[in-house]
Amino acid sequence: MAIDEKQNKILLQGNEAIVAGALAAGCNFFAGYPITPASEISELLSVKLPEFGGTFIQMEDEIASIGAILGASLAGAKAMTATSGPGFSLMQENLGYGCIAEVPCVIVNVMRGGPSTGLPTSVSQGDVQMARWGTHGDHPIIVMAVSSVADCFSITVKAFNLSEKYRIPVIILSDEVVAHTRESVVLPEEDSIRVFDRVKPDVPPEWYKPYADNNRGVPDMANFGDGYRHHVTGLVHDENGYPTQNGKEVDAFLRRIHGKISKGFNEIQVTKTYLMEDADVCVIAYGSVARSALRAVRDARANGVKAGLVQLITLFPFPRKTVDAYLRQCRAAVVPEMNMGQIVREVSRVNQTDCRIVKHNRIDGHLITPDEILKHLTTV
Amino acid sequence: MKSDERYEIRFSGSGGQGIITAAVVMADGVGRFDNNHVCQTQSYGPEARGGKSKAEVVIAGAPIDYPKALSVDLLLAMNQAACDAYFFDLKADGLLVVDSGLVQQLPTSRSVSIPFTKIAKEETGKELVANMVALGAVAYLSGKVSLDGLEKALLSRVPKGTEEMNSKALHAGIREAKKIDLSSLPRSVMDDWDDEL
Amino acid sequence: MLERAEIVREKYLRHDKKFPHVWCPGCGNGIAMGAILRAIHTMGLSKNEVVMASGIGCSGRMPTYVDFNTIHTTHGRALTFSTGIKLANPDLTVLTVMGDGDATAIGGNHFIHAARRNLDLTAIIINNSIYGMTGGQYSPTTPFGSISTTSVYGHVEHAFSIAELAATAGASFVARSTVYHATHLEDMLKLAIAKKGFSVMEVISNCHVQYGKKNKLGGAVEMLNSYKDNAVKVEKAAKMTPEELEGKITIGVLADVDKPVSTEVYRRVVEEARVKAEIITKEKEKNGVKRYEE
Repeated sequence: MAIDEKQNKILLQGNEAIVAGALAAGCNFFAGYPITPASEISELLSVKLPEFGGTFIQMEDEIASIGAILGASLAGAKAMTATSGPGFSLMQENLGYGCIAEVPCVIVNVMRGGPSTGLPTSVSQGDVQMARWGTHGDHPIIVMAVSSVADCFSITVKAFNLSEKYRIPVIILSDEVVAHTRESVVLPEEDSIRVFDRVKPDVPPEWYKPYADNNRGVPDMANFGDGYRHHVTGLVHDENGYPTQNGKEVDAFLRRIHGKISKGFNEIQVTKTYLMEDADVCVIAYGSVARSALRAVRDARANGVKAGLVQLITLFPFPRKTVDAYLRQCRAAVVPEMNMGQIVREVSRVNQTDCRIVKHNRIDGHLITPDEILKHLTTV
Repeated sequence: MKSDERYEIRFSGSGGQGIITAAVVMADGVGRFDNNHVCQTQSYGPEARGGKSKAEVVIAGAPIDYPKALSVDLLLAMNQAACDAYFFDLKADGLLVVDSGLVQQLPTSRSVSIPFTKIAKEETGKELVANMVALGAVAYLSGKVSLDGLEKALLSRVPKGTEEMNSKALHAGIREAKKIDLSSLPRSVMDDWDDEL
Repeated sequence: MLERAEIVREKYLRHDKKFPHVWCPGCGNGIAMGAILRAIHTMGLSKNEVVMASGIGCSGRMPTYVDFNTIHTTHGRALTFSTGIKLANPDLTVLTVMGDGDATAIGGNHFIHAARRNLDLTAIIINNSIYGMTGGQYSPTTPFGSISTTSVYGHVEHAFSIAELAATAGASFVARSTVYHATHLEDMLKLAIAKKGFSVMEVISNCHVQYGKKNKLGGAVEMLNSYKDNAVKVEKAAKMTPEELEGKITIGVLADVDKPVSTEVYRRVVEEARVKAEIITKEKEKNGVKRYEE
């Protein structure tokens, strides 16, 4: 399908599309620290945010960057930071703070090869389980993976909306290939973009209970300066926001912050499928690898194999029901990843059928090619 | 282009030659002004100057799945090392385009040699814009981008004050490429190799 | 005096919070908190526009008890949160209460960069020379030779001077006082809060339970008395030799400079960028280009 001439096509890099998505979602605060391959996001926002009346700041490290966005969010901003593996490691402490204090924010991690300084300019998907379990303690989190420039825009908008709606940090996992690939895209019209803002309290300040449960499991959120003068803490707290060690209150609080994500499962979990209607073998992939996988699936079809692709956008909470249904449909599922097998653990965990799970791992800093996946599809 | 059609260009040379910029302008020309889909990728090392530089542009009639080159239709090599490293990724009916001042040993006769760097110096006084001369030639030889759109893309992407120089370089490249008769070239890049193999 | 104390108690303490507080009897934190509240009251600041942020430790509990917009952050990171809060809403008066370990060990990098950056923030560092809450381990301000639970043979490292560190790092205003000098402390706090730019208020405070006991400095009364005996006003200290100043606590305003406040400079940057963007956007909208695209 060729693109309609009259539409407004532009050429954007993945990192630039994340910036465009953030601005479209109403992002007005960014704090970050330079790191390859995420720096373009900082650079572009340092120019764009002032133009939109927002604020950009380069902090002294990534610990400070996430601290600043949490503070800004509590004061009413829609805030984001962007980093790569080493910086993401440093952010884990305050990421947990965002989860327990229920502070909306978006954290972009453009994955590069690791561990440690690893391969700064090479692609990887090594931070998947870290995005889920990096910060200490049981905690709810939303993790989404992008695979194209168009995704970078729309998923960033979605990430902001989910973070505001569920009062939770949302992690966008990009990777070096997605970040630096330039593609022609047509961005949606401004008025067609749905933007969700946090629900503010409508009770008088003296009645406001900042962490009280409700039918959504997400308390209404007053910003600092709104006149509600509430307390925010990283300690487990009661519904007034004050520290508590009362077992009943602790249990109720922790179950609520997990439960709010379970309640939103249907909206939070996003998957895309290609050619799955009659597929008897599938590829389960995410990020830039999903693009190699789509090519492989098409090539496999050309060779007479009934192949399909299940592309995971939301990695966590893991889309258990969706994946389970496709595993029941297929005799084999190939899970290609640029790590030693991080999502394949989740796939195997939810597999209750005799569907064969085949993992394919590439960790040399290069994108998995369609041929590598095709080989599995034609031999399983 | 038809929906199943895919055309792949690889720009290669060394860091500092403007390889990535050339690829970006090409992609922008296609992406913004033509009816096709485009995807542009690159690989680079930690250094800002020197080292290998490689950028790819994939043009297709439908949304592009795999963003990198699978088998290259046109390879631009701006030095011998790049030519040697990437020649074998060319399709049989692909085309090799080299800077004749920097690449002396040609692996195939199905190639076009143009002294891009020399032309840049002569036309604008600056070797720096050799990438734009090469881009003009690549764009024309590929036949996959409208030259008007390409120029618009170029003007919007080069630093202010250098528009004229870059545009002059682009046109010099187009002019040189027009002199080439592609039909006189062997039909396969492997023609010269068949005898030896 | 009594009347003022009552106002402070009635107006500024959170009575819905489950008092009593966590501080030990005689702790200097209460005196520091009282001085902060009286300073805010005298300055006539509205409670809605005040934010109190803290890190971790005994001082970190202070925001829980006071009726402002309050946040108890992670260890050492309070200033990073405050930076975000202030930038997102420059109308707020943001006070950041930290301990010595909090501000200068785990948060040392944030502290010097906040001073360098010069946002309009007030950092109040309650320096009791020890990690109190975790059980009396040595901190960056534990004096050479002192005893702590991690320096039972005598401390082998040297202490930071917080106020001098802040001044060198670029803070616009630096003052020091002690919890003995409650009125002086209040006066200094008023200056620190009123100052445009990054101001640092170092409050020398007693932890008789951990530091005092291990180093045989007596209880709260004895420690407060030692502040009384050893405090030297900065004006007087200027005329004293280093030998004479040994063991003394210099109190008063140690630095007060005027320089561009980055919060304000950045607002101007934003205004100019907006005006420029407005003009360009109007042109582009004519051509149907979306604002976030270019």
